[in-house]
Amino acid sequence: MARNVARNFSIKRLPGFATIAMLCFFVLYLPIATLVVYAFNAGTSIAIWEGLSLRWFASAWQNQQVIDASIRSLQIASVAAVIATACATLAALATTRTTPYRGLTFKYSMLNIPLLVPEIVTAVALLILFSRIKVWTGYSGLGYLIAAHSAFCVPFAYLPIRARLENMDLSLERAAADLYATPYKTFRYVTLPLLWPGILAGLMLAFVISLDDVVITEFVKSGGQDTLPTYMLGQLRRVVTPEMNAISTVFLMLSLAIVTVFFFISRNPQKDEP
Amino acid sequence: MSVSPAELSETLRRKDIRDRWFLSAPALILIGVASAGPLLIVVLYSFLAPGSYGDVKWAFSTDGWFNVFFSRDIFDETVSLAEAHFSIFWRSIRVALATTVLCLILGFPTAYFIATRPPHNRSIWLFVITIPFWTNMLIRAFAIQEVIRTEGLVNTLLLKLGIISAPIQMLFTDFAILLGMTYVHLPLMVLPLYASLEKLDFRLVEAAYDLYASRLNVLLKVIVPLVKPGLIAGSILVFIPALSSYVIPRVLGGGKNLMIGNLIELQFGQGRNWPLGAALSVTLVAIVLVALLFYVRNVGKSGGGAHG
Repeated sequence: MARNVARNFSIKRLPGFATIAMLCFFVLYLPIATLVVYAFNAGTSIAIWEGLSLRWFASAWQNQQVIDASIRSLQIASVAAVIATACATLAALATTRTTPYRGLTFKYSMLNIPLLVPEIVTAVALLILFSRIKVWTGYSGLGYLIAAHSAFCVPFAYLPIRARLENMDLSLERAAADLYATPYKTFRYVTLPLLWPGILAGLMLAFVISLDDVVITEFVKSGGQDTLPTYMLGQLRRVVTPEMNAISTVFLMLSLAIVTVFFFISRNPQKDEP
Repeated sequence: MSVSPAELSETLRRKDIRDRWFLSAPALILIGVASAGPLLIVVLYSFLAPGSYGDVKWAFSTDGWFNVFFSRDIFDETVSLAEAHFSIFWRSIRVALATTVLCLILGFPTAYFIATRPPHNRSIWLFVITIPFWTNMLIRAFAIQEVIRTEGLVNTLLLKLGIISAPIQMLFTDFAILLGMTYVHLPLMVLPLYASLEKLDFRLVEAAYDLYASRLNVLLKVIVPLVKPGLIAGSILVFIPALSSYVIPRVLGGGKNLMIGNLIELQFGQGRNWPLGAALSVTLVAIVLVALLFYVRNVGKSGGGAHG
């Protein structure tokens, strides 16, 4: 060791690695930064800079289609995130802190299916199923999109909740039980408050995942049910103005805000996920 | 009324397991109805005959599967291998593999860099790498489009520097798809690699240096074998979504450089051949399963690190 120190030799250093890492960080943010900058372009081009202006934000704000799609996106994401998180919380309680029992592996696999199956296949599958149901029932509301989003958000909500549960101290609940708390009271006053950060983290993840979804929504939606991402996908075929950048920028800020809060919530326990 | 402690604990255990089924029921039903269950319908549809305006006729038919692999000439009924499909499958696998390799080359140093920062800084670096991952995939594809288009940042810069004399067509090429795929999937490689590298025991690295190993040897013979689970986990996490990409090839490939995902979509859109689309979907799932089996065989339940 002394010899290494004398030669100022760091065992952790690998030449070029830090450079590549920095390059990665740079390249990850360059396109996003460009996109945001051109949202403030005064001209009509997304490539030629003509001065600073907020006109495209204003034009997006006055675009009824954009407003409708945004509201629809937020509606679906809120409802789906709540449903997914509720289901995931119960499922996490059912699959952690126990010795293996029959059916546990089955539950794990089921909970992971939405993550493992390619999204395009799920989308096609739901298109087939829901188009049948639409014909049978005549219902063509947002329910289909909400059901689809809820289902594929479950694993994302489940992960942080399960991580939180596994790091939780069992003795606190035992103590509550020893002090004659009923199982309900133990859950309500001991388990739930301890679990809360995990649930909140799961809720936010589910919300962001639902908000971002393109493929499943594109296949499942009925006419006039564009969410913001599917609206944008449609617009990308046409000539694009900086209005798209403005919409994207607002969207980015929203995701960023949620993910930042998520980061600080899930940082506390010092361990795990994601 | 005398119940032995063993019996009592057995009864309690059984009740506990029953409660656990009740608790997991909502999630299982939801996924069963809107995710896992519909997959079985896809399998069923792959064995039906196509309807004239999309959808299916309720008659058993293996045409869907036949059409995945063979094509029948509409004039003289001769059967030949469906080269278009094979070439798209092969292309998709190639692009997904290339994406995986690129992510590995870029992701490994990045994960290593993060893992060798002081502990309290690491989560910030991880956060920085995951932010793009949580932003909308479509927006990221659009951002890439903007940077590499003919009058985009990269071409403008290269022209100004005099490196090129005319703009390069990058958008709507294989290069664009590969760039976009690597861009989008990089965090999925970095996260599991980081999880493995973080646990790396640097005393082993030090021992190797003490025994006069070169840096290259330390990297290839000490570090890489120790983080193999993370390497495989990251590669699988990149390979699977890359193989089944739909948005990136559509936005950056401009509709001519198809991948499996787009081929499937075609059958449900303009192609109006739902059984063929269903059969192609099942084929895609089968390839994914093979990749997953490979993962389980090689990493197993010993834990491959964080999940994306």
